[in-house]
Amino acid sequence: MAKYLLLKHYRGAPAAVNDVPMDQWTPEEISAHMQYMQDFATRLEGTGEFVDGQALAPEGTFVRYDGAGRPPVTDGPFAETKDLIAGWMVIDVDGYERAVELAGELSAAPGAGGRPIHEWLELRPFLTAPPTITE
Amino acid sequence: MDEALLRSLTPGVLGVLVRCGADFAAAEDAVQDALVEAVRAWPADPPRDPKGWLVTVAWRRFLDATRADAARRRREDRVDEEPVPGPVPAVDDTLQLYFLCAHPSLTPSSAVALTLRAVGGLTTRQIAQAYLVPEATMAQRISRAKRTVSGVRFDQPGDAATVLRVLYLVFNEGYSGDVDLAAEAIRLTRQLAAAIDHPEVAGLLALMLLHHARCSARTAPDGSLVPLAEQDRGRWDTAAIAEGVEILQAALARDRLGEFQAQAAIAALHADAPAAEETDWVQIVEWYDELARLTDSPVVRLNRAVAVCEADGPRAGLAALVALDDSLPRHAAVAAYLHERDGDLATAARLYAEAAHKAPNLAERDHLTRQAARLNARRCP
Repeated sequence: MAKYLLLKHYRGAPAAVNDVPMDQWTPEEISAHMQYMQDFATRLEGTGEFVDGQALAPEGTFVRYDGAGRPPVTDGPFAETKDLIAGWMVIDVDGYERAVELAGELSAAPGAGGRPIHEWLELRPFLTAPPTITE
Repeated sequence: MDEALLRSLTPGVLGVLVRCGADFAAAEDAVQDALVEAVRAWPADPPRDPKGWLVTVAWRRFLDATRADAARRRREDRVDEEPVPGPVPAVDDTLQLYFLCAHPSLTPSSAVALTLRAVGGLTTRQIAQAYLVPEATMAQRISRAKRTVSGVRFDQPGDAATVLRVLYLVFNEGYSGDVDLAAEAIRLTRQLAAAIDHPEVAGLLALMLLHHARCSARTAPDGSLVPLAEQDRGRWDTAAIAEGVEILQAALARDRLGEFQAQAAIAALHADAPAAEETDWVQIVEWYDELARLTDSPVVRLNRAVAVCEADGPRAGLAALVALDDSLPRHAAVAAYLHERDGDLATAARLYAEAAHKAPNLAERDHLTRQAARLNARRCP
């Protein structure tokens, strides 16, 4: 088994094919999208491949240490930061091909006009524990 | 196996151990062991006196654990006598336990975890699931909390307000694992109300019952939020509403108003309306005025603006909004609603989208996005 992180971006990924902001969809299209996402997660739970999924708020803060006895420096959000994560799903699958297959299905979630969004999702393998047998 | 009975006995058993000289942290561990043992042994061999059984087993566990430590700690002299589980002031013990678990030295998340475990008798695993953290993390949180309060004397009176804040948090936050936290909060508040005569405890219990009564009407089958005005009122739990109203009326008759009673009064007025358009908004505004006087909270004034809109029209609602800081949580959502009622759909749609962007949880974000979409679809079909 291999764990993969599926990353959805608010910003930073190439533009989707069906790239219309959600508040321009009809309420029925939004419902259809939500249902698709829910069914997808439920199905992965059923196949024993779902690990975790979370959504993130669209705003964040950068923080860094500023020396002993001083409070940390906070700044941002920086407009020039290209990448903004919207959420993730962790899956535990047999291998890369299955991970790509699932990411493709998730990217086909319906959007404006009921057509697939064709959104770019980022697929990142986890670095896991080394195997016991190495030769 | 009656789990409800088992958990209702937990605080009393723990109270007996602590009053007989066990330190809180060790007593709590021992009671948890006894509960696990009861789950194993009772189905085949149910005890005649469940509480006495639990006290005896928990005390034995406590002695075993303490004796194991004793050589090092030289505390054997404290633990040579077994307590008598007979007639004991169970109510006072339970009350002291609530105060201890909500002690001001604890952070809110620690107080919540400790209350659920020591008063509620939930396992660490159940609490961890309810708050979506690993079990080991929750175990640490609980044992740190126990260490924090282990020096607190068990006979000092506590402050009911701290307990109420903790129970309110249990009711209002958390996810559903295999435990319904809202129902658990109601159970614990009911138990507290039986142990202490306090109008605000009654007020909180009424508030919880009145909100819990709407619980099954609050979400659609697809999981989306259904706003109060659109809920199927036939699905509200009338028994819970009746109980909540009765408890609230008895509390209000005492003439010691507090914020939970005022919030419950608002919930009762909603519950009382057979249809959304029959809601007595004028009275609701009056209760918001009371609440604003009691709490001086900008969040209350934000909610009051919605009530003012319903009572006196959208212009009055928007006027009530003017003085409020627009960085308040849910300010954009309220402003969107008021502008929609005022007929300014473009501004409302823009504000709904902004509110969705700032939403603190997924259900609200989806709901607000839908509101923006609904108005945009109506404006440019």
